[in-house]
Amino acid sequence: MTSVEFRKDIFADERDDTLKEIGKPTIRQDILGHVTGRTRYFDDHLFDGLLHMRAVRSPHHHARIRRIDTDAAGRMPGVRRVVTARDVPVNLNTLLSLINFGRDDEPLCAHDKVRYLGETVAWIIADTERQARDAVAAVRVEYELLPHVLDVEEALKPGAPVVNEVYPNNTFDYHDKYDHQKLRFGDVNAGFARADHIVEAEYQMSPIEQAPIETCGAIAAPEQNGRFVCHTNTQALFFSLGTTAKLLNIASSRLHFIGGTAGGGFGGKVDSIVEPTAVLGAMLTGKPVKFAWDRYEEMQVGAPRGGERWRIKDGVMRDGRIVARQFTGFFDSGAYMRLSPYAIIKGTGHLPGPYSIPNVSSNVYCVVTNRTPATAMRGFGITAVDFSIECHMDRVAEVVGMNPIDLRILNAYRDGDMKAHRRRAKNTALIECCQVAAGKADWAISPDSAAASSLRGGGVGERGEIPETVTDDEGRVGERRAGRTADTAPATRGTGRIAAGQASAAVGAVPVQNPDMEIEVERIGHRIAAAQGAPAAAPRATAPGTATPPRADTPAYAPPPAYAPPPAAPPASAAPPPPGSYQPDQPFSRGVNRPGTSRFLSGTRRR
Amino acid sequence: MAIHKGRGFACINYPIGMNLGGDPAQALVHSTPDGKFMVALSAIDLGQGMKSVTRQIASETLGVPVEDVYVDTADSDTGPHDMGSFASRGTHRVGNAVIRASAEARKQMMEAAAEELEVNAADLDTDGKGNIHVKGAPSRSITVADTAMAAQFKQGRTLSGRGIFLIPPSEADAETGEMTPVTCFAHAALVIDLEVDDETGEVTVTQINSAYEVGRALNPRLVEQQLIGGAWMGVSHALYETTEPYYPDRSHGPTDFNTYLMPGPGQIVPHHIAVLERPAEDAPFGGKGPGEMCANPVLPAIANAIYNAVGVRCDRLPITPEKVLRGLQANGGAKPQGLR
Amino acid sequence: MMAGIPLTFLLNGAEIGVFVDPGANLLDVLRRGAGDLTPKQGCAQGGCGSCTVLIDGAPHLACLTLAQNVAGRRIDTTAALATGPDLHPLQQAFMEGFAAQCGFCTAGMLMAAKALLDRVPDPSRDEVIEAISGNLCRCTGYEPIVDAILTASARMQGRSA
Repeated sequence: MTSVEFRKDIFADERDDTLKEIGKPTIRQDILGHVTGRTRYFDDHLFDGLLHMRAVRSPHHHARIRRIDTDAAGRMPGVRRVVTARDVPVNLNTLLSLINFGRDDEPLCAHDKVRYLGETVAWIIADTERQARDAVAAVRVEYELLPHVLDVEEALKPGAPVVNEVYPNNTFDYHDKYDHQKLRFGDVNAGFARADHIVEAEYQMSPIEQAPIETCGAIAAPEQNGRFVCHTNTQALFFSLGTTAKLLNIASSRLHFIGGTAGGGFGGKVDSIVEPTAVLGAMLTGKPVKFAWDRYEEMQVGAPRGGERWRIKDGVMRDGRIVARQFTGFFDSGAYMRLSPYAIIKGTGHLPGPYSIPNVSSNVYCVVTNRTPATAMRGFGITAVDFSIECHMDRVAEVVGMNPIDLRILNAYRDGDMKAHRRRAKNTALIECCQVAAGKADWAISPDSAAASSLRGGGVGERGEIPETVTDDEGRVGERRAGRTADTAPATRGTGRIAAGQASAAVGAVPVQNPDMEIEVERIGHRIAAAQGAPAAAPRATAPGTATPPRADTPAYAPPPAYAPPPAAPPASAAPPPPGSYQPDQPFSRGVNRPGTSRFLSGTRRR
Repeated sequence: MAIHKGRGFACINYPIGMNLGGDPAQALVHSTPDGKFMVALSAIDLGQGMKSVTRQIASETLGVPVEDVYVDTADSDTGPHDMGSFASRGTHRVGNAVIRASAEARKQMMEAAAEELEVNAADLDTDGKGNIHVKGAPSRSITVADTAMAAQFKQGRTLSGRGIFLIPPSEADAETGEMTPVTCFAHAALVIDLEVDDETGEVTVTQINSAYEVGRALNPRLVEQQLIGGAWMGVSHALYETTEPYYPDRSHGPTDFNTYLMPGPGQIVPHHIAVLERPAEDAPFGGKGPGEMCANPVLPAIANAIYNAVGVRCDRLPITPEKVLRGLQANGGAKPQGLR
Repeated sequence: MMAGIPLTFLLNGAEIGVFVDPGANLLDVLRRGAGDLTPKQGCAQGGCGSCTVLIDGAPHLACLTLAQNVAGRRIDTTAALATGPDLHPLQQAFMEGFAAQCGFCTAGMLMAAKALLDRVPDPSRDEVIEAISGNLCRCTGYEPIVDAILTASARMQGRSA
């Protein structure tokens, strides 16, 4: 049925395929454990006297908590401890604050307000899971219902219920300046004016669940020397450890987190809620405590992929070239920010998709609503906008009467093209993927499409330049809620201009800490663009908040700071050695100089 | 009442690693007394094969057989910090950290062997089978095991390495959105063939043809696992999955696997995959991570194929039979757009 | 704590006795009572199949089985699928066929597959699909699992897959 082929012929001259272990279909290290049932997941650790912790949850989207009555629950059989917000030493949990991005806006346990259906208002720890569930059902909470908002655009309107007082405009504040993240490249409105066609549409993705077969969970227990061990299926061990240390005001050295094996994750095991909760339970009872989502909680309380709404407007020439593309995006973060503000930036950096479009603008909003907070899921920040972009490309193809694959290849980005986030494209391969997929499906494409290459035609003229860019300062924090701005799309009239060519240098990896850590260049298995002769990027006047300049001494295998366009003609200075005659004291050459070739010329490496 | 065939296309790229950087990975590698190597990480294996791919990366870099390498993860007491398994960063960040740690350990191993063989370390090479030999003279050799024992018991030399890989954190510009998102991108294109039943609105995907560019297939079977499983998840996402079927209304949200729909083994779609490899310069042996981008192109390709089949634009996910039927009704019936 | 009810049954060929609460399910009893961690809990509501065990050779969902109902009966789990150090052909085929990623569904899948092959040694692809249709997998897309089961049955029949 399914077939897999490896097209080794494509980009062959950029690879050495004679590595010893890399490229081998070696049997997985962990699969023997899987097939014998011996792989240890977090729950595969036996503790005698294990207690079970379960949460009391809000049945309302938005309400004030008037009173929590746990007396009856506390007296029920098997109940060891009732836990409320007061028991959480530092009741503020936001992952991003661990990396200094955003404000802490979410309690581990609600105390004055609940902001989504399912939010935690208390916990019960009991001898058995059954006893914990029965006691949870016996907790009486008095709520005063508040108006709630569930639609992202409704949440942005003046007068919408404030979901979260930490973000009183119901949006994340980007750069403490705007209620959205902007992308501005060129002048889309000028692009629309000269376009032959305008194509507009809206796309919507509902939230979906990561639904790993193993739910989120942790078992925490007191260990020796005043430490706590926590067995967890988190996707980020030290994020979870750090969050736990922060919430419980405990030195991180007193936490011993063991994990590394998750029964599926897909992004749903990043939020680090179960670990601090389980450790809190172990701290309060002095016993091993298990805290895990059941399947209902995994479905509706555990964070889903957030819903997203995207509007795309394209200006297209009749030959199919897209000359302007504008996005308005709304990310439904749910009641708390969690990782969503980061996803908006990631999505912004992805626009306009893998295409070379000379004018691009977008406004993307991170909106809070009274629903389950969203988190990462496979393709975080990208999946919904790619759905939108690729459906939109087909709409454009229909309008101009073009084969959809030809349209993709015509607009595809290539090596050397300038992207809308002001970095050069390199190592591109979209065109080749389109050609191969079309070939496999027997879907005819034009001769021009079949002849196109990621290695040719990029970076030339307008494609390689940063245009003069129109900017605006619409959508400052608070304006929308005060009724002074209504339109969410990028401004139709700019208020500023940034001169053409303005950009900072790309950021690359930090070089090795000491030279012994560097693998020998001839063992890495792929060609490196010739570092010699590559002109360094001329320093630009950097606007505040732009990227850190790269280190000057990049090692041989780190990318050079700027793309070196291939020479137009072979260098005339050195006479190439006669073909077939190898001069040992000169670099090996077949006597052929192709643009962009490096020191390592042929597909076969001599060792 | 008819079954209409349709065909749709989509192509994408995908950023590899945490956006804007600032997500370090570390690795520690050390030799046991007899020349086996342990790689200590705190990276997480979600099933994507983290333990397996880092094992192969260490084996290649050290120049020893993969059977002599074992990856241990994750214990916060012994594994150095890694940011986590997300954003398709595992292979790129952790892989590079493992290369650096393994390179440092290898350097010491080669120096230890050089001392035993009384040659220059630069004249030695590993054969990947457990031996270290003089280049061009394979009979002048010493085993890795003997080297390790000599180093530790005679020479007083460690055979261990540390590595960290970091793209330093940067920011996005407030006015222009300028940023360095990541340093490399994977690519994909695919064609969906499907059928739409215009009486029930049900969509059946019948075939997928795809091309994925992954930098380098560090382990071709692991790549295959991601591409097949990911495409399945893409079909599931496009046609079935939602926690809020009437979003933004929260009612009728599924609470268990009976109501959260996903395709089963009876709905396996034949998938003809081509893997392309254009190594990324700063990726471990050029390998990018296929784990996330494998599902993305499926969603729009399905929507585009449904339009081709019956002329209904499905711009809201998931594309349920109800949405297809409502679209057919609004159009006054199926409007096939022509065979491709 | 409540006084437990004594329960005796055969687990992977060995007779064991445990004390259980009246409402206890077999999955909890196997994992925490008998210390057999191979059946997994994915949903505790019979929706995912990762708790599949064999009761007198037939596949059952341990999370929905009242422990008391297995008194005196024969339970088989993945823990005893291998014969000593030798893997069962199903396990070998899963391993070589890369039919597991996170591995959480694998123990249940193997039990469902074993129950099929014990009853139908040479199943068709459709019969394999039917047999595992109560076992959810989120990672593999199912095809490698179906292929591995067919490979195992072919090998057990003495044919090359």
